[in-house]
Amino acid sequence: MSDPTMIHSRFDPARHGALIALVVILAFNLIVTPNFFQAQTLFVNISQMATIAIVAMGMTLVIATGGIDLSVGAVMALAGALAPLIFLSDFAQANPGLGLAASIVVPVLVALFCGVFNGMLVSCFGVQPIVATLILFISGRGLAQVLTNGNLQTFSNPAFSYLGTGRVLGLPFQGWLVLAIAVVLTWVVTRSIFGRQLLAVGGNERAARMSGLPVRRVKIGAYVICSGLAGLAGLIVVAINSASDAARIGNLMELDAIAAAVVGGTLLQGGRAPIFGAILGAVIIQLVKYTLLANGIADEVALIAKAAIIIAAVYLQQGWKE
Amino acid sequence: MTDLIEMTGIGKSFAGVAALRDASLSIRPGEVHAIIGQNGAGKSTLIKILTGVYRRDAGVVRMSGHDLAIAGPREAQDAGIATIYQELSLVPLRSVTENVIMGYEPRSRLGLIDWKAAHARTRQILTRFGVDIDVTLPLGRYSTAIQQLVVIARAVSLNARLVIMDEATSSLDDQEIETLFSVVRGLKDDGVAVLYISHFLDELYRICDRVTVMRDGRTVATHDVAGTTKLGLITEMLGRDAGEIQAAGLTALSGGTSEPGRTLLQADGLRTRTGLRGIALDIRQGEIVGLGGLLGSGRTEAARALFGLDPLTGGAVHHHDGVALDSPAKAIAQRIGFLTEDRKVDGIIPHLSVRENITLAILPKLRKAGAIDRLRERQIAQHYITALQIKTAGMEQPIRELSGGNQQKVLLARWLALDPEILILDEPTRGVDVGAKFEIQSIIRDQVAKGLAVLLISSEFEELVEGADRIVVLQDGRSVAELHNPGVTQDALINAIAHHHDKGAAA
Repeated sequence: MSDPTMIHSRFDPARHGALIALVVILAFNLIVTPNFFQAQTLFVNISQMATIAIVAMGMTLVIATGGIDLSVGAVMALAGALAPLIFLSDFAQANPGLGLAASIVVPVLVALFCGVFNGMLVSCFGVQPIVATLILFISGRGLAQVLTNGNLQTFSNPAFSYLGTGRVLGLPFQGWLVLAIAVVLTWVVTRSIFGRQLLAVGGNERAARMSGLPVRRVKIGAYVICSGLAGLAGLIVVAINSASDAARIGNLMELDAIAAAVVGGTLLQGGRAPIFGAILGAVIIQLVKYTLLANGIADEVALIAKAAIIIAAVYLQQGWKE
Repeated sequence: MTDLIEMTGIGKSFAGVAALRDASLSIRPGEVHAIIGQNGAGKSTLIKILTGVYRRDAGVVRMSGHDLAIAGPREAQDAGIATIYQELSLVPLRSVTENVIMGYEPRSRLGLIDWKAAHARTRQILTRFGVDIDVTLPLGRYSTAIQQLVVIARAVSLNARLVIMDEATSSLDDQEIETLFSVVRGLKDDGVAVLYISHFLDELYRICDRVTVMRDGRTVATHDVAGTTKLGLITEMLGRDAGEIQAAGLTALSGGTSEPGRTLLQADGLRTRTGLRGIALDIRQGEIVGLGGLLGSGRTEAARALFGLDPLTGGAVHHHDGVALDSPAKAIAQRIGFLTEDRKVDGIIPHLSVRENITLAILPKLRKAGAIDRLRERQIAQHYITALQIKTAGMEQPIRELSGGNQQKVLLARWLALDPEILILDEPTRGVDVGAKFEIQSIIRDQVAKGLAVLLISSEFEELVEGADRIVVLQDGRSVAELHNPGVTQDALINAIAHHHDKGAAA
């Protein structure tokens, strides 16, 4: 009766439901979709899924604090617009090594700063997260378009493109990146002091404050990590395409990321942060997109399918609460 | 006569831990029936099965002889079962009428809500309870008691045959309780059965006909209230010997003999925007300082100010180390703990485990290379689970699954783990059953004997009078008197509060 392993093995529809959905989609594709069981298909899906997964992991942390970040798509655009500007500049042409480093570091720093801005608004000024992040949602992409004069920037820079097209042990580089980030964040959530504080703040902010936790710092931290990861995802998108269009990078990414987090078992009211769940959610969303596309169904229909997935995930969460 | 409700052989487990085994309950039409038992005895679970919140694993539920299958609150209402919870489930910003008729609005021929009829019906219902208010005003404008009556009115308007009251009186004052009781008697006269859940045994003797006693998920006995004694009921609830309970006294806080040590904390002329207008008190090592006063006299506000939660607008708090206590984090760094009154709102982190809840305030001390020292964390959690006899399936069980008394023990463990110098206890035994209350009180007394200083806030005069070495009496945000034990009686305390109250009113 008091077997402690009971608690771990309890059925959790929020998570197991997603696993079942994944199996169903895979089975469906193996039977119906032509050429599904091929390495090329795997590579395409991994590289597409990676950006969703990276942003979704950051989103998971923010949602775990009881917040939400609508600005991730805009931050991706900002970072994605900055990178080519930097390595196409005269300075970078003269110092390729330094230029490459700067074109990765500077956009990520700018993204982190966006996170500080979001986090400060939410935790120090008490602005509702949805409103606070709406500011950058609108102005971030605008700024990116101003920086590039609304032009499409195309480039050929093999070193930078490695981010999006490189292979390690035969698999896309960004797939490994997702795995590495997931391992680090899982450690952070389950083992680190910050992770514990994050779950406590999201679970009951007043109680966390009463217990002496640095509530503001923890919230800012979550938004900073989320924005930083969004910046990184923006760089990957640009690297995949060898082109940067500020109007399109990360468009509607906030919805994909939120959907992936929720499908992965994150509670919208906060207090839980299943990092690998977010990856699972990202995989499901990517596969649904791919399935519809590969079977010749219009992109718009994919949006409806995504909505259905979110509804199913939220329904399962409600069931889980008993 | 057929029983209105008949529950037999009810079983229910959560995560493999049995909350109910072979529990039963029978309610006759038109009777006031009480359920008593310690926290964790299974009262709430049994009621939630009756109202369709939980599904039972085993057993039968019948209503007037027919099998009853209820899957949610709406179905319960339609079956004639209405529940009035401790926390009111109303919409404070909408009018009284809207709250009463919500979901069952009278319609005009066009299909719109017929407001005239709705207001008239609401007025008529409320008049039956002797409540005469403007039903078009937002409900939130009225007192808790009125709001509670509105919930009951709503229940009756839905032709309830059974009204369940869960700790209905816990937020009412004496006069409001009186009104509530007369309503209960009125319901009874109309043939409506009332199921009454309360931690206050005195209330049971005033309005209940029969009582069902539960212990460890089982129904121990059902009696006619007239044939029972308070001591007999407590004995059945605890499953302990009557003599043992009598010998232990009314509270386990009494019996301390230690001499108080040096002054740890001293407050002068505290003023805040939350209503403090001059509080002076000091806390010394190894003593319990009580804060006495009526609701709204500033007891909790004083505690919050000392803990650095509310900024001071005047006065000062002197800590013996000379540190300014202007945030909970700083107070905690000086080993001050604050067990808050409302454990759901200010205490537990529901999704986290018992272990994580226990160690929340000592996280900085568990830091090992940026991570949490998991081995030490487990040792500490296990130590307090054993020492405080916390009933849990294991330290990994989410705290929300524990009963109220056990949640309170986990929160006490959170502060004891800090090895506190000063512990502020705001209603530490409220909403906790008799057994857990004794345990919590004796744990506190043990700690005080070892040098802990306690600031105790309690609405139970017994607890203050028997437990505190000194009682600082507050009134309207000011400290007005100080009583010293031994020698303080409940009458003396009441006098002190009342006397200064009169003076305050005259001035």
